[in-house]
Amino acid sequence: MPSHLSPARVLSRTLPESRWRPGLADQPFHSEIFASGSEASGVGLALALAQDAMTSLDAQTAESARHVLWVQDHKAMQTGGRPCLAGLPPGLRRRLIHVAAATPEDALFALEEGLKCRDVACVIGEIAGNPRALNFTASRRLSLTAESHGVRLWLVRLDATPDLSSARMRWQARAAPSPPPRWNPAAPGTATWHAELFRARRHAPGEWMLSDENGSLHTVKQPEAFVPAPTRTAPDLVHLARPTVGQSLAARARA
Amino acid sequence: MSIWLARLSVNRWQRALAPEERAAADALPTALIAETAHGPRIATANDAGLMVGARPGMLLADARALCPQLAAMAADPAGDLAFLEKLALWAQRWGPWSALDPPDGLLVDVTGVCHLFGGEECLLADVVAACGRRGLTVRAALAPTAGAAWALAHFGPPAAILAPDDDPLRWLGDLPVAALRLDDDVITVLRRLGIKRLGDLAGVSGEGDDPAAQAAARDALLRRFRNRRSPAANPLIRLDQLLGRVPEPLLPVIAHPMPMVQRRLMEPIRHRDLLDRVVHDLAQDMVRALEARGEGARRLELGLWRVDGEVLLRRIELAAATREASHITRLFAARLDDVEAGFGIEAVQLRASWSEPLALSQADLDAAAEQHGTSLAACIDRLSVRLGPKAVTRPVARASHIPERAQGWQAPLDPVPPSQGQLAFHTRPLKLLERAERIAVLYASPDGYPQRFRWRGQVREVVRVEGPERLAPEWWRERSTARLRDYYRIEDDAGRRYWIYRQGIAGDGRGGVPEWFLQGLFG
Repeated sequence: MPSHLSPARVLSRTLPESRWRPGLADQPFHSEIFASGSEASGVGLALALAQDAMTSLDAQTAESARHVLWVQDHKAMQTGGRPCLAGLPPGLRRRLIHVAAATPEDALFALEEGLKCRDVACVIGEIAGNPRALNFTASRRLSLTAESHGVRLWLVRLDATPDLSSARMRWQARAAPSPPPRWNPAAPGTATWHAELFRARRHAPGEWMLSDENGSLHTVKQPEAFVPAPTRTAPDLVHLARPTVGQSLAARARA
Repeated sequence: MSIWLARLSVNRWQRALAPEERAAADALPTALIAETAHGPRIATANDAGLMVGARPGMLLADARALCPQLAAMAADPAGDLAFLEKLALWAQRWGPWSALDPPDGLLVDVTGVCHLFGGEECLLADVVAACGRRGLTVRAALAPTAGAAWALAHFGPPAAILAPDDDPLRWLGDLPVAALRLDDDVITVLRRLGIKRLGDLAGVSGEGDDPAAQAAARDALLRRFRNRRSPAANPLIRLDQLLGRVPEPLLPVIAHPMPMVQRRLMEPIRHRDLLDRVVHDLAQDMVRALEARGEGARRLELGLWRVDGEVLLRRIELAAATREASHITRLFAARLDDVEAGFGIEAVQLRASWSEPLALSQADLDAAAEQHGTSLAACIDRLSVRLGPKAVTRPVARASHIPERAQGWQAPLDPVPPSQGQLAFHTRPLKLLERAERIAVLYASPDGYPQRFRWRGQVREVVRVEGPERLAPEWWRERSTARLRDYYRIEDDAGRRYWIYRQGIAGDGRGGVPEWFLQGLFG
């Protein structure tokens, strides 16, 4: 009954629209993700967001055949390494083009050329530190190019302080303890990130625990539920997996 | 027509000398040598060298024993072959179609063209005269088949002509079996069988007085060479080719001129905007030249001739065949910044040294697609012109299980080689460090993996571990002292996930205490 709803209730219905969630239809064209250079969370989150954008927009354009440009400057390659083919998301392995730029200026040139290209689905950039070339003017150029050509850019800033930028969404990402896998609770689980949206045009700032299980980005509900494996109570059937030094289990069952 | 350049290597060596030195060089016994596994061996020798006893195939040391003052020069077989290719194109002045006959012969199809030179004898005289002017010793022969012409040129009388209505065996029967273009071991076999002349072999070819006996003899030879399929190893096939009973396909030499456009300038130019204008004009000329051939350029070379004789070269490679003048101009504009004009540039030349077929296509009727952004190939060209050719790559899988070797980088638009699928349970990190970095293990758990380690100056507590995944060294590539690796996926207390490995195990006899390395970062 919409006529019976109080204004507060209407407000509460519109509020989730302003709050970001994975799978939204209006994806920004220029995002920045700040992350530490000693972990790959920044690029992991960027790839997950890019895939989220591509799947949520897939009905409109055939993105799946186009290439993905991954630009790294020299310092970013030194600290964070280069992409590993076997570790990439499976949909990306055949269509990744890597650009190794020597300087941040070259990296910005490569980012802009990639944004101008109509055969590129999205551009991932990695620039380490706060280089002088990446000032507000440069980021404004990137934003305008991305918006006029309709190609999305996720720029990962490794070990950088959030300075002036015209990016439409700015994230601060770091790794979070992963949920225990089903079959081996002692092993690392699927990647989980603690992502803080600290500046956005359309959305309210907020914090999320994001995970990329099965190729779709989703929020993790109770981040405090994951305690390290040794303090958890043992799951069922663990007593069957004892070392078979003496009798076999079948022999024990017969006895 | 077959042309045999009997002394090709020696003639080339002589022509490389200065004219006033040639007489002295001819008088001195000289051998052209090739390096072999058993020392230098004589490939060929000049007339004075042959006189003193140097023979092709002889060891240089043996020849020096005969004649101590024998001079040795390096032979140049690759140069000879390249020269022969050029000569084959030049030989098309006598006929529309020519083929190489390595190592030192040419075959020219002169069917129906002899009257243009005033008859067959005049044609052969012209060949000898024209080659003599180039300093080449030749023997030429005319015959209805390529095999017969070859035999006559090598073993027949000088300027031999075999008319189509002559009986070939009557003319060729006295030639040795080597005239059949056979391999050396086959000639040896034939000599041991007592077949020394073509006539002996033709005697068993089924055309003599007693057909039954000859057919039996031919069958015996057929059985003797029954598993020799190559014509050079089977004398009967060669004989049939010589007599024109079976066809002999030859590979013609076809000139493939490189698309080239140039501008000679009335006034030397010293300013950049004029040079840009000239380059744009050249690019448009080049596009027209390529369009006429239905090709697109992959590599373009721009030559700038300065007034003082200096030549500046700029070369660009393109990711895909292109025929777009504005794109070419734009790429060269990025490479012309460091051109030193000096007193001016007086000639500019643009060559497409590598071109690929590119069909003419209808320009997009919907012009929006062209105005909206660049194509991928153009984007890659612009990037690789500014960042260097190795900067734009794509990762491809390689056949190896060592992580840093399991991945290679290749040009982005090259076809991806087929590779084996990845095993789903082999979890690999999102990023690999360029070199695995050593970590200091502060406390190892009894199971063997580190509980606490230091990497890049920070101490990390390991909370979760999966492993080991053991990768044995690739003994077919590495030294026998390479150590195996035990890989662990770890997660520290902040949730950061890494890929670390221990190199070797204690007591494997390939080094001291195993060391730990961090190689990859999980996303």
